[in-house]
Amino acid sequence: MTAVQSETPRAEADSGYNFAYLDEQTKRMIRRAILKAVAIPGYQVPFASREMPMPYGWGTGGVQVTAAVIGSDDVLKVIDQGSDDTTNAVSIRSFFVRTTGVETTEKTRDATLIQTRHRVPETPLSEDQILVYQVPIPEPLRFLEPRETETRRMHALEDYGLMHVKLYEDIAHHGHIATTYAYPVKVAGRYVMDPSPTPKFDNPKMNHSPALQLFGAGREKRIYAIPPHTEVVSLDFEDHPFEVQQWDNACALCGATDSFLDEVIMDDAGKRMFVCSDSDYCEERRAAGHVGEEGVPL
Amino acid sequence: MKTVFSESPLLQAEGIEKRFGRVHACNDVSLDLYPGEVLGIVGESGSGKTTLLNILSGRIEPEAGVVEYAVREGGMRDVHQMGAAERRMLMRTDWAFVHQNPRDGLRMNVSAGGNVGERLMAVGARHYGQIRDTAVDWLQKVEMEAGRIDDLPRTFSGGMQQRLQIARNLVTRPRLAFMDEPTGGLDVSVQARLLDLLRGLVGDLGLAAIVVTHDLAVARHLSHRLAVMRRGEVVETGLTDQVLDDPQHPYTQLLVSSILKA
Ligand SMILES: [Zn+2]
Repeated sequence: MTAVQSETPRAEADSGYNFAYLDEQTKRMIRRAILKAVAIPGYQVPFASREMPMPYGWGTGGVQVTAAVIGSDDVLKVIDQGSDDTTNAVSIRSFFVRTTGVETTEKTRDATLIQTRHRVPETPLSEDQILVYQVPIPEPLRFLEPRETETRRMHALEDYGLMHVKLYEDIAHHGHIATTYAYPVKVAGRYVMDPSPTPKFDNPKMNHSPALQLFGAGREKRIYAIPPHTEVVSLDFEDHPFEVQQWDNACALCGATDSFLDEVIMDDAGKRMFVCSDSDYCEERRAAGHVGEEGVPL
Repeated sequence: MKTVFSESPLLQAEGIEKRFGRVHACNDVSLDLYPGEVLGIVGESGSGKTTLLNILSGRIEPEAGVVEYAVREGGMRDVHQMGAAERRMLMRTDWAFVHQNPRDGLRMNVSAGGNVGERLMAVGARHYGQIRDTAVDWLQKVEMEAGRIDDLPRTFSGGMQQRLQIARNLVTRPRLAFMDEPTGGLDVSVQARLLDLLRGLVGDLGLAAIVVTHDLAVARHLSHRLAVMRRGEVVETGLTDQVLDDPQHPYTQLLVSSILKA
């Protein structure tokens, strides 16, 4: 992690704050939780979540994790629903620019640290990158077992039958596994983890990813991690195997057939088209000359 | 009922002690249970019978005494000394626990099929179709309509919920069932049908059971042997008919006469 190296703020950072807003003691506490999380892949490590100058729904867990690992030579990318320019992404990015002065980017390839809500970038990540997820509900067993003492015991005893009960209920009611977001995974053959709230489309990208993946839940005060090159298996049944979402369409702008597509409404007449949810990926493809049905060459 | 039981016990309790404040809930209780045998524990409320059931089933710790269970792998294991994972596995596979209130033993937000299938999934079943077939089979065994497999427990009557709880527990074909007033809270006619069903299942499966009840009619219907508890002590044990038709201890005599009057 670059975080433990230089932490000298750059000139453009607001000098009224400590580097990355949190005080050094808090950052050390969070790093200890992160190290424990890395040592026990998929295990939810409790941490003393701090008040951040933004509401919980804005991803304060992810923000605290990012604040604890960011260094002044990091290049930060912030995405929300795959896009760099939603209000949430913009304000988190500007928060870190103000408190650290780090360089930012919209390009997945150029980033060393990526904070995300909802998506894993389509562009494959590399060993020198860290992906930080903002997590609202870290407990995959919560849906069927509201008691915290009981879910902890289930994790401790690797007693995960309940997770399959949830998938069973899906098939019983919908004819197939209808869970498309927060689809449960087993990490390194041991802990069942909720990658919430990313679409299951992104689950395979978590498997054996060369990048370090960190998950922060602010309100629930939990941090968990997938170390690089760790096995991440989506739970399923033999006769209802895990499948990712598929679209009949290609991206209307770049023609991609391998990316997660959002349906967008084009005009008042209700004209629709499907475009890549990962705007950087779409742009990169268009820059490389790919053109979709509705797209124009860049 | 006359049955010949095998030589070595399935469950053995020795010198069980438990106090709650000044109340002596279990005072030097010892008992044996043999494979396929149904033991009724009768007594009034406050006699310590439910506490004893919870201790025998590993749900609460005794202050003194030992509970041993003959595990499938062979040998007697101290129920309270085994690890949490091993005890949980036992509770998921080889043991059943039927609560008086089906809400305590069912997942109310999970369909009937999911309730029955949970134990199978907990021990590694990963084929949806097979889990479902087994669930249908068990719903039929407890005389529930297979067509209601996807309905939630709250849409069932109390008697049906109790049947569902039984199916959910027996699906892994346990060897031992703990039952706490299994027909309590049900209408008399519903109770009678459930008792017949339970008796049939216990016989068919060769299930051993410990049934706690204040209702001597339930005890007579289900159990081969009885233990009568009063103020934390077992005051009389014996074959069910013997104890109920020819009680020796004055307390048992009182209990039997009061039920006859009622
Ligand atoms: Zn595209």
